[in-house]
Amino acid sequence: MARLAAVRDETPTARTLVLDVPDWPGHLAGQHVDVRLTAADGYSTQRSFSIASAPSGDGQVELTVQRVAGGEVSPYLADVFAVDDPVELRGPVGGWFVWRPEDPSPVVLVAGGSGIVPLMAMIRTRAGVGSRVPFRLVYSVRAPEDVIYADELRRRTRDDRGLDVAYVYSRQTPEGWPRPPGRIGLATLAEHGWPPDFAPACFVCGPTAFVETAADILVAQGHEPRRIKTERFGPTGPVASGG
Amino acid sequence: MTVSWSGSAPTEGPGANASRADEHIDGNALAGSLREVFAVDVTVASGRCVGCGRVDTVAGLVLYTQAPGLVARCPGCDGVVLRLVRGPDRAWLDLRGVTALEIPLRP
Amino acid sequence: MGIVTPGFTGRPRPSDTRLPPGQYLTEDFPVLSAGPTPRIPLDDWRFTVTTELGGRREWSWAEFRALGDEAPTVDIHCVTKWSKLETTWRGVPVEAMLEDIESAADYALVHSYGGYTTNLPLEDLLGGQAWIVHEYDGAPLAPEHGGPARLLVPHLYFWKSAKWVRGIQLLLEDEPGFWETAGYHDYGDPWREQRYQGD
Repeated sequence: MARLAAVRDETPTARTLVLDVPDWPGHLAGQHVDVRLTAADGYSTQRSFSIASAPSGDGQVELTVQRVAGGEVSPYLADVFAVDDPVELRGPVGGWFVWRPEDPSPVVLVAGGSGIVPLMAMIRTRAGVGSRVPFRLVYSVRAPEDVIYADELRRRTRDDRGLDVAYVYSRQTPEGWPRPPGRIGLATLAEHGWPPDFAPACFVCGPTAFVETAADILVAQGHEPRRIKTERFGPTGPVASGG
Repeated sequence: MTVSWSGSAPTEGPGANASRADEHIDGNALAGSLREVFAVDVTVASGRCVGCGRVDTVAGLVLYTQAPGLVARCPGCDGVVLRLVRGPDRAWLDLRGVTALEIPLRP
Repeated sequence: MGIVTPGFTGRPRPSDTRLPPGQYLTEDFPVLSAGPTPRIPLDDWRFTVTTELGGRREWSWAEFRALGDEAPTVDIHCVTKWSKLETTWRGVPVEAMLEDIESAADYALVHSYGGYTTNLPLEDLLGGQAWIVHEYDGAPLAPEHGGPARLLVPHLYFWKSAKWVRGIQLLLEDEPGFWETAGYHDYGDPWREQRYQGD
């Protein structure tokens, strides 16, 4: 049984929940938790949420929740869930979509919208262990105000050695942006990713359609499919694995 | 680690993502449910699809969760590889769509 | 039951005494699916009844549509706990399609495009209890809801109302279908809350 210790607003639609989780065993960057909510009449539902924080050893875990219009769970977690409230949580789970600091390969991270969350855990973990493994993030959002962790990413590209971040704006670009809005394409990944002969580990996360497009582009670029790990959120955000 | 819920209900309640019927995610989201059944993380295991012979990790399967159970299909041929139904006090796991699972373990 | 999450209500769930045990009312029409949506051109659509004797009867879309329609208004109950009351459909009573067919079968296995199957006693498809429907709420049945045609058998949990129906196989012995082989009940009466095997 976890408890909400603190909250942090990231964007107008995304909020980070800092949870105290008793007996938290630690986690790997990229893993997720399943959160279950139960109403007073016994109705319950669950959703998976990627862990946003690096392992900290203090039993605290951060999740960043994107409010989905018309959603059932995200509006509760983003707006109603209050400090000291309990929540049922299962995890950490997921051993596939993880980055281990021992892996010396350069890394390409491709995020669509709230897909940035597990990739941010990887970026934070990298910094936490002082890793110099080169990381390149390509982060696609609809508009500038949708960038989660904007300030932190700015700071990290300045301070964390070997981290580069490129943004793709699909609906609306910032003032003075040299290109019109557009979706992620081969040119962006060719310019801002790593070339296939570097054999990078690639992590792609976001809505299903985005992930499938981005993964297809990486394959077309020449990356080994086995080096591309994907995590699909539902089209409107993370969808629970049931149970 | 917290592995199991104390009670359960079939997958999704009213209004579950009512948009497109083809909505799917991937087998990464099976990790929590399969941890209730197995002692190891099965999403990193790989297996050969009995339909088309393609080898994939469980994490890479095409996962449909908007159903009375979890259905994971082969990305190559769409054949059903794995099904998991969670009842109040039992789970049913059908692996008939995979010939064998290869599960990485510590030596 | 899990620990109650303070302030969590979920979607509106008005209670209603017309609901079977454990069900919640829904205003929308959730789309549940275990795989990709089949897309069947009407020219290719066929509905086939086969019997335990090897008998076979087939209808094209035009032949199916030439059969008389009824317009049932029914309550539907999904095993995932949502119920929808007074849903309106248009379609052919199943008994009209089984009329001249010789069979001693007691059971049916319903087949769908895409491979889905579900089983039920033959008598539950007769007596005004089941239709092959092609219209929902006044419009042609959308593919995501099972169009061009689905089975409608509302007195059982809605997983028995097979979407994208393509035929019925009449059998002497009960043969569990897709969900029934994965733990769901062979019969599925919502009023006796027969969700899982052994309930």
